[in-house]
Amino acid sequence: MIYNVSPGAIIIFMTFVAAVLGLSFYFARKTKSASGYYAAGGNIHWGVNGIAFAGDYLSAASFLGICGMIAFSGYDGFLYSIGYLAGWVVALFLVAEPLKRLGKYTFTDALDARFNSKSIKLTASFSTLIVSVFYLIPQMVGAGDLVVPLLGLPHYVGVLIVGSIVIFIVATAGMTSTTYVQFIKGALLIIFSTILTGYILTNGLNLNPGGDYHKFITVGAVFEDNKLTGVDDPEYKVENVYAVDANHTFVSLQKEGITRFFKLSADSSTLVEMLSVATASDGTKLYNGEPKSAGKFYQVGHLTKIEVDGVEVDKTGPLGPFEFLSTLENAELVRFTKAEIKEAQATVWYQTPTSGKEMINPGLLLKVSSKAGATFWTKLNFVSLMLALFLGTSALPHILIRYYTVASQRAARKSTIVAIAAIGFFYILTLYMGLGASFNGVIDLESSNMSGPLLAKYFGVGLFSIISAIAFATVLGTVAGLIVASSGAIAHDFMDNYLGMKMDDRRKVKAGKMAAFSVGIFAIILGILFKGMNVSFLVGLAFAVAASANLPSILFLLFWEKTTAKGISWSIMTGIASSVLIILLSPSMFERYGLDKATAPIPLDNPGIISIPLAALVLVVVSLLSQKDNHSKVENYHHD
Amino acid sequence: MHGPAAKLDADKAAAKKSKLGVILFLCYTLVYIGFVFIGLMDPELLELHVLGKQNLAIVYGFGLIILAIVMGFIYNAVCSRYEDQMNNK
Repeated sequence: MIYNVSPGAIIIFMTFVAAVLGLSFYFARKTKSASGYYAAGGNIHWGVNGIAFAGDYLSAASFLGICGMIAFSGYDGFLYSIGYLAGWVVALFLVAEPLKRLGKYTFTDALDARFNSKSIKLTASFSTLIVSVFYLIPQMVGAGDLVVPLLGLPHYVGVLIVGSIVIFIVATAGMTSTTYVQFIKGALLIIFSTILTGYILTNGLNLNPGGDYHKFITVGAVFEDNKLTGVDDPEYKVENVYAVDANHTFVSLQKEGITRFFKLSADSSTLVEMLSVATASDGTKLYNGEPKSAGKFYQVGHLTKIEVDGVEVDKTGPLGPFEFLSTLENAELVRFTKAEIKEAQATVWYQTPTSGKEMINPGLLLKVSSKAGATFWTKLNFVSLMLALFLGTSALPHILIRYYTVASQRAARKSTIVAIAAIGFFYILTLYMGLGASFNGVIDLESSNMSGPLLAKYFGVGLFSIISAIAFATVLGTVAGLIVASSGAIAHDFMDNYLGMKMDDRRKVKAGKMAAFSVGIFAIILGILFKGMNVSFLVGLAFAVAASANLPSILFLLFWEKTTAKGISWSIMTGIASSVLIILLSPSMFERYGLDKATAPIPLDNPGIISIPLAALVLVVVSLLSQKDNHSKVENYHHD
Repeated sequence: MHGPAAKLDADKAAAKKSKLGVILFLCYTLVYIGFVFIGLMDPELLELHVLGKQNLAIVYGFGLIILAIVMGFIYNAVCSRYEDQMNNK
């Protein structure tokens, strides 16, 4: 996609980044101790911490990923919103206060509080690192996606910019700066998403997304002896016919030396224009038959029918929030479905008429209905995703460390509730922002992640600039939080506690900063490698790894007296190994490797349904087998 | 060695709060499982209009989000009362 870069957008963006850096400088002068670096001295107000929680949590996945997924696949994207929020229930009711009571700086401290075990220190710090890296990937991918339309720069430059700024933020100020950045950005994200939703509702439904929306061509197919030989427009010549399968016949037509791809309709009477990205014989990429700079790879998504009170209309005018949903349910729209034509080295997106009813019900992405072709595995995938989202939140290290930034258990609880209210409100907005993007002609088919910001652009460059800058700051803040968690795992848990390198406060902070630098470089590399994947899907995987590796240990430690250090260590390693292995062998990753996804040995995209119970089972069995070790448990840990 | 970053007083209400948390967690989990169960066993049920012109998918989805917020406020109110009563604040 080619975007017009606006100077206003660049100015707003630069102002935001400068403000974030200024804040870091300010707090850097105040951060001298390890407690200040890792836990902001335990002195953050619960209200600020609550919104900072929201800032941490409403990462690239929530704004970019969920909106994009809803724009592409309707209600199935909203399932992520539901699951992400439900996860906070586990955090609030089961984890928040006990964890606050147990820990010092990190999740490892909390797990190890009763045992003082070397193996817990090692496995828990390793787990923190793995989960943080899994969570970092989508943030970096989202950052790269954002700078393409905002600054007109390539994806990898965006990843580099975020990586560099965040390394700088974390290496200077640690948790205090990260908290205030998250607070400001979390609040702004919610305010401006509310404004964007207001625009969507005021705009209502409209058959015409805008003056420059591409009019897709349909030509009549001409057959001779059951063979497609031409079309009813003499300007087009048939180049090739690609019968991909029984339901998909694609045709390339040439006009004035330019090749475009069409899909043969189900009744074989017409050819309907598609969008395509093809590799020419000299290796150059052609977007709808022309170089990218020609700007022929259009933004898409439009309504074909709107019905109000049984009467078809061209537009509705302003709608209330519930009226918007019920009117959309009776409308029809066109989505675009991706397919590959291997012989032509082309990726095409063909028009898929979709009813509004399908958009506001599950099933377009996650096949759960037998009528829609659901299988045992697709259903299991649905359950697995919902389980991972539910249990993942309270196992995310960068969320868990935020409990240590407040002064008391009561403050930890209150900040969690502020977070739930803010995040819940935002997640309701995601449904409107995603659905709004689906039919206003704003979708970039190469990147679902940009649907939300591009919808803002539809309503004005100013709104787009602000929302993109906030989204960028969102990524900055979340990456900063993750890198603080990772550096804590390496410097505090591994070097100081596991290896026993007795460091003074100054050296401990220095070690944390060096660890932050290393993790940041690693995150930049991964962000470039995973370009193009939906960030919410990637975060779903991070949730599954977190829930598998950490949650059984947290819950059993809090609620089962017989839990042993060995049980926790084995459970963590089992959770990590099984979830990562299933992800690496999943259909989505096979597609990423360039292989046929149908050949993936495990037909599950989300590993939670296998890896979470397995980690819990291992914890129980190993704990029961190692009860003799329990006598070494450090009692009265809270008086330590 | 592993004590909290901020010094915490002994919390005599911890056990009662923990029990309340588990009860509320189980209640919410049941409602959540109900949603997943319908999606799995009878997804067409989610298409039914149950509240005005809104289908079950929307009502249940919004309901799960709003329920989490409401239960959060209830939990906080009750826990704060326990703390005030038992910790003499």
